[in-house]
Parts: sequence; C-alpha cells; structure tokens
Amino acid sequence: MMLLSIDLGLVIEKLVLIVVVISASLVIAMYTTFAERKVAAILQDRRGPNRAGPFGLLQPLADGLKLFFKEEIIPNLSSKFLFILGPALAMMTAMMTSAVIPWGDKIELFGRSISLQIADINIGVLYVFGVVSLGVYGIMIGSWASNNKFSLLGGLRAASQIISYELAMGISMIALLMVTGTLSLKEMVLQQQAGNWNVIYQPLGFLIFLICAFAECNRTPFDLPEAENELIGGYHTEYSSMKLGFFLFAEYINMFISSVIMATLFFGGYDMPFVNETLLSPNMAALIGIVALMGKVICFIFLFMWVRWTIPRFRYDQLMHLGWRILIPLALFNMLLTGGVILYFHK
Amino acid sequence: MQALTDKSKQVSRKPMNFMERMYLPAIFKGMVITFSHIFKKKPTINYPEKKRPFSPVFRGLQILNRDEEGRENCTACGLCAVACPAEAITMEAAERQPGEENLYREEKYAAKYEINMLRCIFCGLCEEACPKDAIYLSETFTPADYQRKQFIYSKNDLLIPHPKENPTAYQQALGNRPKRESVI
Repeated sequence: MMLLSIDLGLVIEKLVLIVVVISASLVIAMYTTFAERKVAAILQDRRGPNRAGPFGLLQPLADGLKLFFKEEIIPNLSSKFLFILGPALAMMTAMMTSAVIPWGDKIELFGRSISLQIADINIGVLYVFGVVSLGVYGIMIGSWASNNKFSLLGGLRAASQIISYELAMGISMIALLMVTGTLSLKEMVLQQQAGNWNVIYQPLGFLIFLICAFAECNRTPFDLPEAENELIGGYHTEYSSMKLGFFLFAEYINMFISSVIMATLFFGGYDMPFVNETLLSPNMAALIGIVALMGKVICFIFLFMWVRWTIPRFRYDQLMHLGWRILIPLALFNMLLTGGVILYFHK
Repeated sequence: MQALTDKSKQVSRKPMNFMERMYLPAIFKGMVITFSHIFKKKPTINYPEKKRPFSPVFRGLQILNRDEEGRENCTACGLCAVACPAEAITMEAAERQPGEENLYREEKYAAKYEINMLRCIFCGLCEEACPKDAIYLSETFTPADYQRKQFIYSKNDLLIPHPKENPTAYQQALGNRPKRESVI
C-alpha cells in the first residue's frame, strides 16, 4: 500500500478545480453570447435582448434551451460518426486549453495551499499552441462529414486560414519567449508581477499575436469559414440542434480562452497593477488576482466584439496576402529585432 | 457625356500611400466611430411599457358610440358599409322592441355589426359617412392575434364602454381629441 501513497487531497483539489474552471468557462461563454448581442445592439443604437428576465439576463438560458429542444437532423448521406465527432472535438479542444492557465495565485483552504492552476507544466505555451491548432480538426471533420459543398468550402477556408496564421503567431511568440526565457505560463506571470508587463517589451509582437488570435478564433474580419452571404453557414450549414450549439459555443469559449492567454502572456495575467500582492494575505491576493485577470479578459472580449461590429470581412486573397506577405515577415523582423536588442544589452 | 446632375464625383484611383496601406489607422478611426455610438441616445421605444404618442389625426380601431345615457347611436342605416372602400363592414338591422328604449336611441338598431380588421384600411370614410355620430376611429390600433377569425370584430368588441356603468373606461375610450361637430 505504501507504493500507492498518492495524496488524495491533491486529486480532489484538482478535480474540484477542473469542474470549477470548466463550468466557469461554460457560463462565461454563455454570457459572452449575450454580451455579443448586447454590444452589437449598443454599437448600432439598438437596445438588444431585454425581455427574458431583468435586463434580458436570462436570454442565454432561453437560447440554450431552444437549441436543446430543436429537432436533431443528421443528413442522410453524411458519415454519422464523424458528423457527431466534429462538434464534440471542437468543444473538447476549446475546453482543454484552460488546463495550463494560471487563474490566480495560491489560496489557503483547510490548511492546504492550493494553486489556482490545473497543471503547471513547463511547456505551457507549447501545449496551448498544440491544442489550439487541434481545434481546426473539429471544424474540418464536421464540414467534411456534412457532405455539403458549402460546408466543405468553409472547412477548407478554416484549415488554410488557421495554418497561415499559426505561423505568424508562433514566430511572434518566439520573440516573447526570448524576452521571458520560459515556456511556463505561471513563470511568465510571476516575471511580469515582479517587473513590467510583456506588452511593453513586445508591442509589435502583441499586435501580431492579437491579429492572429482574431484569425484563429474565426472572428470578424477573419470569419471567412462561416461567411453567411457566400457559404450560407460555412462549416455548420448542415448542423442543427445542440450540435450547432456546440460549434457556436466552442467559438465563444475559444474567444474567452484566447483573451485569457493574451492577458496572461502580454498583460501580466492575474497581476493587478499598482498593488503589491506580497503585502496581502494569500487568499485576498488570489481574489484580487482573479478579479484582475477577469477584468483584463472582459476588456479583450469587448475588443473582439467591438472589432466585429466595426469592420467588414476580408476577401479571401486579402486574407492570405495579409497572413503570408505581411504578418510573417513582420513577425520575423520582430524576432530579429528582439534578438538583436537582447544580444546588444547582454540581458 | 452630359451628367444628369452635378452631384457625380470622380472616383479617386490614385494608389494608396503607406499609411493607408497599413489599414490600422483606418480601422482605428472606424472603431472610434462605433465606440461613440455607445453614448448616443437610442431611438427605440420599449413598446408595451412605453407608447409613442399618436398624431392628432391618427385613425385607429373603430368604436361604436353611445349617447350620454348609454344608448347605442347606430341605427343600422348601412351608410358606413356603403362608404367602406374595403367592404369590411357587415351589419344586420333589427327593430327596437318596447322596453328597450334604454338600450337603443332610435327605433331601428344594429343587431349584428361586424368589421373585418384584416380588410379595414382605416381610411375613416365610415366615420365621415355616419349621420348618427355612431362610429369613430379611435387612438388605438388592432392588436395582433393568432387566428384570422379573431380579427372579425363583433359589436361587443367595438362598442364603447357604458358611460354610466363604467365612466372611467368611457372617458378613456373617448380619448383626448376634440370631436367633430355632429352632422345632425
């Protein structure tokens, strides 16, 4: 029995953390759909949903309920297994990224010190990139299995778009890694807590990362995979009921997660500016940390929506031109510049 | 070619300069414009809670009028039905029996009076045709419904509330508009 001396408390603590993080990101994604409609309305001088509950706050529940009760249609000529696998995979990969994100510092509970990070792996950034690029498989499989030309075109666009923008994103990331010298997200946050936020050292890198994040999330102006006016619904044309809901939901979770990652990488994660966390009790510091992170995330999510309701969609060749001929050279230049500066100052 | 108006403008085809090709300043400018709309007043009215005031000449749902003692004015002469360009009005006349003097003002009355609100175009010609001051277009409009037959309004739906039994509802139904001088 001595061989199996796993700390049971650790297992329970991690399980609780996983449940909390996943349910929190689901709820946040739900309310992001509501926020999107509200922000769109406000930016267009409309009122937005305000009928279900006070200020329309129950609207996402009503939407979810509607999707659950809709008829489930699986096209006759689709491959059924892949058709169901597509949205499941999209949802799963969207949720998986949250495992390595440090949501806050340690909290003291029942005499234990609990880290608010599910897994502090030392290749956190690589893990995020790996999982995020898996996300396209859900879209591709779903679109291929639909046996519909519009879906297939949408899937093709999603795949090529994500491949093109992943490159620039990775290269802009390398420049950041040269500055921080670590791949662990926790480590990066601690560095930024002690020093300055990374966005000060990497403004160009952040800009490239931001643009690529828009493309990775299939958000306007890069929402070509689901361009309504040319591809009907893009990759989810044939989907109905909660499977469609999963695709739409995965998009919002992706948006949330990429906001968290941008906040963590470039804006200090759970670091509240002008507050010295070491002077506070650990629980208080953790609470402030979570609030700070969520505040940053809300700003980013608002930015996503703000951009969506401001600028139109790119044409496909413009998208490819921007990805390959502007962003990648720019990211390479940024990497070179960062390397040169580091070498010059012997940091 | 001779232009029809002097409003046509030559489209500038000159290549974009570096700042324009960066797109980011233009995007930022657009975002400032959309952001400024957050603070604009919303023109939408929360309808059932708040209603837009109607113009004084608004022609809405018809009401069948009563006189001060609560007797129905309509004598089923049929002039409104003749005047109606949409042929929305149907009626059946009946003779007033002894003892019904408190219900109907004259010897003849409308036993059945129906207006099909799906046909009605709210032109107000019935109001103009009526010699007995019996039909008016009110300040409300037809509420939505689920079935077509619900839109055929019978006399019960159209009659104004009784001025003695239900004076507040009567005053409300009369509205604030000054009445036209009676033709009689």
